[in-house]
Amino acid sequence: MPVVHKTGTVKSKQGSNTQSQKAPAAKPAKAASKKKDEEDGTEMGEGDEWMQGKTLIKPLDQLDLTEAELKEEFTRILTANNPHAPQNIVRYSFKERSYKPISSVDQLAVHFVLEGNLLHQDSDEARRQRAKQGLPEEKATVETAVAEKPETPAAGGEDAGDVEEGGGEERADSVESKAGKKEQKITNQFNFSERASQTLNNPLRERGCQTEPPPRANFSATANQWEIYDVYLEVLQKQEKNKEKAKAVPKKDDDKGKKKMMLVETQSDDITKVAKVAKIIERMVNQNTFDDIAQDFKYFEDASDEYREQEGTLLPLWKFQYDKAKRLSVTALCWNESYKDLFAVGLGSYDFTKQGRGMLVFYSLKNSTFPEYIYPTTSGILCLDIHKHLPYLVAVGFYDGCVAVYNLKEETLQPIYKSTAKSGKHTDPVWQVKWQKDDMDNNHNFFSVSSDGRVVSWTLVKNELVFTDIIKLSLAGAVSEGPEGVQLPIMACGTSFDFHKQIDYLFLVGTEEGKIHKCSKAYSSQFLETYNAHNMAVDAVKWNHFHTKVFISCSSDWTVKIWDHTIKTPMFTFDLNASVGDVAWSPYSSTVFAAVTTDGKVHTFDLSINKYEAICQQPVVAKKKTKLTHIEFNPVYPIIIVGDDRGYVTSLKLSPNLRKKPKEKKGQELPKGPEVEIAKMEKLLSLLREPENSNA
Amino acid sequence: MSAEVEETLKRIQTHKGVIGTIVVNAEGNTTLITSTKVDYAGLLHQLTMKARSTVRDLDPQNDLTFLRIRSKKHEIMVAPDKEYLLIVIQNPSE
Repeated sequence: MPVVHKTGTVKSKQGSNTQSQKAPAAKPAKAASKKKDEEDGTEMGEGDEWMQGKTLIKPLDQLDLTEAELKEEFTRILTANNPHAPQNIVRYSFKERSYKPISSVDQLAVHFVLEGNLLHQDSDEARRQRAKQGLPEEKATVETAVAEKPETPAAGGEDAGDVEEGGGEERADSVESKAGKKEQKITNQFNFSERASQTLNNPLRERGCQTEPPPRANFSATANQWEIYDVYLEVLQKQEKNKEKAKAVPKKDDDKGKKKMMLVETQSDDITKVAKVAKIIERMVNQNTFDDIAQDFKYFEDASDEYREQEGTLLPLWKFQYDKAKRLSVTALCWNESYKDLFAVGLGSYDFTKQGRGMLVFYSLKNSTFPEYIYPTTSGILCLDIHKHLPYLVAVGFYDGCVAVYNLKEETLQPIYKSTAKSGKHTDPVWQVKWQKDDMDNNHNFFSVSSDGRVVSWTLVKNELVFTDIIKLSLAGAVSEGPEGVQLPIMACGTSFDFHKQIDYLFLVGTEEGKIHKCSKAYSSQFLETYNAHNMAVDAVKWNHFHTKVFISCSSDWTVKIWDHTIKTPMFTFDLNASVGDVAWSPYSSTVFAAVTTDGKVHTFDLSINKYEAICQQPVVAKKKTKLTHIEFNPVYPIIIVGDDRGYVTSLKLSPNLRKKPKEKKGQELPKGPEVEIAKMEKLLSLLREPENSNA
Repeated sequence: MSAEVEETLKRIQTHKGVIGTIVVNAEGNTTLITSTKVDYAGLLHQLTMKARSTVRDLDPQNDLTFLRIRSKKHEIMVAPDKEYLLIVIQNPSE
């Protein structure tokens, strides 16, 4: 094999070239290095030999050089270039049609070549040979040995054959043993087989589990002061409820309560929830429609009153009517003390022949088109009264003699109490009812007067009306003979009564005969006093709000009379040219009163201004045929309501002249007003008795 | 109860000058009764809430009773409830 030597720069003196025998001139480079090596290697041995036989033999063709020339240094370079390689090989280029030098010359010099006779054991040739030999296929070393043998078959001959056999046997053995070993292991880089083993992979399975996602809801809210307040209230209420439940002993109540709650909830559907709001809206709508009336009600003051000193006017405001009550006449009017805009209207009939149903209707000034409460009744109502302190209790007297009490808070249309024949109802129409103060047992009670001559007190005891006859109105001196000779006193028919404002037990009763009796609750059989008041039935008798002694009465005999209860004759008498239906004192002045007549006029009197005449006489209803039946002053506002026999109620505003308060004494406040009023009245009265100096 | 309320609503509708009536529930959906325009519901709902919020912010114990908006042409009256809103449009000058 060719060996490539390292290049090196060798400086050698040309002079000592005596050892050039071994080095042929053709190979100076290698020769030089070889030489040196050989020289080093065989220095001792051959040097000695040389030294011994040194005789300085000069070759014949050696150059003769001078000393200077001898010392001249020649540079010798060792390169890897092949010195035998031509440096200017030229080839013919057909492309250029000329000879061209080859750019690079192959510098490879082959020194030694030996062809081997190794065969790869897996190659075809090897297999063939093996097959020839009859040996099993084996690995390379064995094969090479085997391969060598066939290559030198001729040279080997018998020896080879013996050797071969022996070797073959050996080899066979060794082969066998080696085969066993070889089967176990051989890893060489030529014959590497990858061995791998795989563990058993468990089959993968995916298992998943999904829970139901928690329910989501979007929540948004605002935190305001009032929201916080609301929540606090709720918590408070709950706490209170819990406390109540803790206190409440019977569980039945809870169940009932729950049932009630359930009922309430089921009843309230869409429409009913709008109820309250609808009411408000209705009022608003009415306010808009009757805007001018509302404005008048509040602010209008008749300016012309300044010019008419002795006269006043009534300004018509709202007109209240209910469709279903058209044929009925207004038989009773009453303002509510607590809710100043609410008043009650009792509807029935005064006509003896046309007796039918009746109605109890409540109106509010805020809504003139439709009543607030409606209670239809089987019999006509003749009178009603609203309790002063409990504005939801209404006592009603009927034409058929019954009395009933309604509770406005209840949703039913039935009265909570009603008197029956057993419980002492009147046998004749009840003309007047009036609430009294609670008795000693804190039960509510009221009085009624009727044509059957009885004044009865009714007490509301739990679920019953308990009646007590207070007094029986007997005609004085008139005694009739009964069937068995028993003398029955003939009963007078009471048509109206009124209780004294301050003296509780004192009351007046007016009768159909025209007499007025002053009675006391304490004495049931005797009257304190009797006044021959009128020629016809006394329609109304009313105490003065301020003056304790004065009362007024009116009758169908066209007269209105003012009395001092200590004097048997009337103080004042007014003739109104028509049957007087009702008369009422004003709540703000002791000398002002109003009366209504069947000719549709309202007569207003102010005794301090004009003692003989009305300062205002005004027809109130459009048609003259309608008879006015009742009149009431509003306790707070300067309006009056007038009922007529067509079922209408008209409200009117009093002009300033009608509302005059005494201007005489300045600096007098209202609480002292009553005294002034009293004084005023007294003044008037005294003028009638005897002339006196008035206390202005 | 419901008959009374229905009657009241009927009366309102037939009242002089009333152009339309709308009932709006809490979410702002309308159960119309009579109306010419539906836009009122959403807009007025918001306004009422704002008004109520104002009133109550000033005094939490107070609450809005009703709201009147008087314009040149007519008057819009809104009465809120816990759940509902009743809107009535009236022409007051008639």
